[in-house]
Amino acid sequence: MPNILEIKNLSVEINKKKTLENINIAIEKGQIYVLFGPNGSGKTSLLMTIMGSPAYKVKRGDIFFEGREITKKTVDERARLGISMGFQMPQDIRGVKLIDILKICAKKTPKEELTQEEKALVDKFNLKDLLDRDVNLDFSGGEKKRAEMLQLLLMKPKLLLLDEPDSGVDLESLKLIGEEVQDYVRRTGASALVITHQGDVLEYLKAKNACVLLDSSIHCHNKPEVILADIRRRGYRECVKCMEGKTGK
Amino acid sequence: MKSLRDLPGKVVKDAANVGIDEREEKRSASFFHMDEAALFSKVMEDYRDKIELLDIKEALKKYDGLKDYYWKLIDKNKDEYTKNADEKIMGGYYMRILPGQKVEVPLQSCMFISKQKFKQYVHNIIIAEEGSEAQIISGCASSEGTGSAEHVGVSEFYIKKGAKLTFTMIHNWTPETIVRPRSAAVVEDSASFVSNYVILKQVADLQMYPTAYCKGKNSVARFSSLMYAQGNSHMDVGSRVFLEGEGSRAEIISRAIAKDASTIISRGDLRNTNPNVKGHLECRGLLLGKEAVIHAIPELLAKGEGSDMSHEAAVGRIAEKEIFYLMSRGMTKDEATALIIRGFLDTSILNLPAELDRTIKEMTEKVSERL
Repeated sequence: MPNILEIKNLSVEINKKKTLENINIAIEKGQIYVLFGPNGSGKTSLLMTIMGSPAYKVKRGDIFFEGREITKKTVDERARLGISMGFQMPQDIRGVKLIDILKICAKKTPKEELTQEEKALVDKFNLKDLLDRDVNLDFSGGEKKRAEMLQLLLMKPKLLLLDEPDSGVDLESLKLIGEEVQDYVRRTGASALVITHQGDVLEYLKAKNACVLLDSSIHCHNKPEVILADIRRRGYRECVKCMEGKTGK
Repeated sequence: MKSLRDLPGKVVKDAANVGIDEREEKRSASFFHMDEAALFSKVMEDYRDKIELLDIKEALKKYDGLKDYYWKLIDKNKDEYTKNADEKIMGGYYMRILPGQKVEVPLQSCMFISKQKFKQYVHNIIIAEEGSEAQIISGCASSEGTGSAEHVGVSEFYIKKGAKLTFTMIHNWTPETIVRPRSAAVVEDSASFVSNYVILKQVADLQMYPTAYCKGKNSVARFSSLMYAQGNSHMDVGSRVFLEGEGSRAEIISRAIAKDASTIISRGDLRNTNPNVKGHLECRGLLLGKEAVIHAIPELLAKGEGSDMSHEAAVGRIAEKEIFYLMSRGMTKDEATALIIRGFLDTSILNLPAELDRTIKEMTEKVSERL
């Protein structure tokens, strides 16, 4: 399978501080890829850089999406190419209603209505009552994550960047989110890069590959369940040593 | 004049921009004052037993000088503008909602300047009798080319026991106009006064500080303003509420956007004499120009244990994080900025009937598109 995303020798700074160092990753089309790592290791930075946040300055290296270099493309250009991010802590915006954003995601003008199919998805995510509320403002943890996932699915992306979809969310919402994303990936052949700490969301997402991000660098690649078990047993630092030893990296 | 449609086409158009419906279809009563005289005053047939509408001069004659209402809430010697308004009064309206009458369809009034450099002095008396309910749209505008005109409008509101009045004032002046509204309201037991203010066009110099006296038990006053200043506009706009009645409540909310080299002074003042009251003041400002200035001056004077008063004020530029979030959904930077500004001028902070909400939403959409 060709790669949907390829990152080569990527080094990134935020506020003039190094946050990523010589990152190399390749994600195949249709694959769900998992990113493990302790807090502050640079996981969110990596997703933000792929999405194109101007706060993250690429110092070296390149990002390729479907074989095209996108390192210098703006956020909205990347979104239109088919990259979508579900944020760990989604931004609230006063006066901008959830329905406004859903219409944008579904590529509709403010005066156009959502289709029946899209409305059904709103119902499925149990967000009907929040449509006229300011987006993410005073939403509960579960509501925020459901709203993020609904936005993503309406955008019909080719690559989903999911930043801790399973943190601060109730079990029912997690099940819904996990199943819907898995179903979407299965139906459309889309790919996903997922950050998770506990691995809860992996109960629903069929991920084949994972890696550990530690001290701004990627250390090893393996099956998610293998890495997760090792992190649980010995912690990130020991896990990385062991894996590197085994794979002879 | 038989209908507002008889006005010159240009005037009709300018008036429509401040919420005046020339067809009068969805209005229960209409009043139109141009330059120095009232041109039109009419209560629709279905509402003649609910609304009394007169030219103020006529009302002063008919009711022996309106001794209980005229210059009772505002001191005529307060400043040069009130003095002029007293001495040079040209008109204005007397609007009374009769006791117990619920008027669901809005009344409308327009104060219009068409003559060059004209100085307009008007005085309005609005009475919501006991248990009545009504909504008033008050649109004020001047025609292009009127130059350095001046508008001084005195308005005194009497919201009697259990009455509910929503007053929405929309201004649309030419860039050289000087504007001095002078308003005050008294709110009796269980009565509520909602005052909305919208100004989205350049104005030379606007200054006002409408005041509500919540004298009644459980009385409520609520002031909301949407202000958008551009060019060299100078807007000094505040609202003040005296919480005097037991259980009275007040809320003052404003959204101010200053662009170019404009200045907005956004004031708010809540004071209580009765400790058993609640008040909240909220001022948000957005700066869209290097020379733009917003000066937020919220004041609270809380007396006595049990007083519950709060204020929040925030002035800044559009957060990069908000723009990034919207761009990640596929919007361009300009589209994202426009959406945030439109959202900032959120009409839902005004408690408007659906039709008027649509009108004002369209106005704010135009503003955000222009940026």
